[in-house]
Amino acid sequence: MELLRGALTVAWKDVRLELRSREVIASALVFGLIVVVVFNFGLNRSPGSLEPVAPGLLWVAYAFIGVLAMNRAFTRELENGGMDGLLLAPVSRDAVFLGKMLGSLAFMLVIEAILLPVFAVMLDLPTLSPALGLVILLATVGFATVGTFFSGIAVQTRSREILLPILFFPVVVPVIIAAVEASALALQSGPMTGVWTRWLPLLIVFDALYLVICPWIFGYVFEG
Amino acid sequence: MRATSESPDPAVPAIAAAGIRKDYGDRAALRGVDLSIGWGEIAVLFGANGAGKTTLLRILAGLTRADDGTVHLAGRPMHRRGGRARRLVGFAGHQTLLYNDLTCRENLEFYAKLYGISGAKDRIEQVLAQMNLSDRANRRVRTLSHGMQKRLSMARAILHQPVVLLLDEPESGLDAESVATLGDLLRDWAGSGRTALLTTHSADVGLAWADRTLTLSNGRIEADAVAGSPITAGAAAPQ
Repeated sequence: MELLRGALTVAWKDVRLELRSREVIASALVFGLIVVVVFNFGLNRSPGSLEPVAPGLLWVAYAFIGVLAMNRAFTRELENGGMDGLLLAPVSRDAVFLGKMLGSLAFMLVIEAILLPVFAVMLDLPTLSPALGLVILLATVGFATVGTFFSGIAVQTRSREILLPILFFPVVVPVIIAAVEASALALQSGPMTGVWTRWLPLLIVFDALYLVICPWIFGYVFEG
Repeated sequence: MRATSESPDPAVPAIAAAGIRKDYGDRAALRGVDLSIGWGEIAVLFGANGAGKTTLLRILAGLTRADDGTVHLAGRPMHRRGGRARRLVGFAGHQTLLYNDLTCRENLEFYAKLYGISGAKDRIEQVLAQMNLSDRANRRVRTLSHGMQKRLSMARAILHQPVVLLLDEPESGLDAESVATLGDLLRDWAGSGRTALLTTHSADVGLAWADRTLTLSNGRIEADAVAGSPITAGAAAPQ
């Protein structure tokens, strides 16, 4: 219960700060729109030509947007030594981690929800399905968990903007692959058996792994 | 002693550190610091720039891990996972630990929730009044002057009624009136049986506040004197 109280307190603080400044969501949205426009003009848009690559483009864009959003989430803690304030408090490091992760997850889901219809129109994505929504949710949980962990480490270094993607992408590759494959199946008109039997369980397994390992190591990294 | 959510044992020192060592690469910042500070004491730590004052305070607060040695606050270990012992400490350092886009009150509400303070609303109004910030309570931190931010940082440090207060150059950036307010607060603090350890470069301010002065030099406590008494022979003078 204390873990949840601490986590929600940290997450709500991040949401409140974002509502005030709109730094993360505004910059990530602008970046996302630029990516869509570039893809739209940069690729051959003959009928049906984008269908095979659309899921990949969607997740490349989401991954880069995620890095941008998560980098900012921890940079905010550097401003006046906020991270020290969190570490001084009698809440577990798990709660701090979970709070930061929930904040990043909320920002990313909002950004993804706004951009998805834009992607659908610009990239000629077929009908959006509830299965795609579930894939996005599960993959974003994985992104936010790994991203929060590496963002917390990278933010302590001078080359944080470079370090985060270098650390983040190799570890999150299984989630990206599963998300792309599941999205491809979810967006096609055929049967979606593979989504439910293979890719969603894989996403759930990786999310669970990340959710156990990342807070655990985070606790050691930030223990003084 | 004023009651807190974690009542300390008066038989053990408020702050007890033994053999604290800390290296930054090849440079030894602390070379075996031993320290014992009792309840109701205001101890002032002097030392030149780079003497290791901030490092020592951060280790005592549980923010920096010592390479060797032990730290106990009110008998509870801080050198291992501090956990509940962190509730006993109030810390104000060079940075304010405040969020610029939240108001003064919102910052304190956030910390009150993190510390699980009951009756937080009243307590927040109390510390705001104590730091003469009641009329700025709804202003965002970024709109406050440096001195006001520093006072708000003090309010944050004492919000949860810790029994040990660690302050790193608390007087820097404050006007004379605020320094006097801080001095009053520290006297009340010690009067209620709680303990404060602070660093300063101002000998005037430090000596005026101190029950005890310590001088950190070459990574060790080289002088330890009760205020008003001569400093230990051979020790470096406060800087």
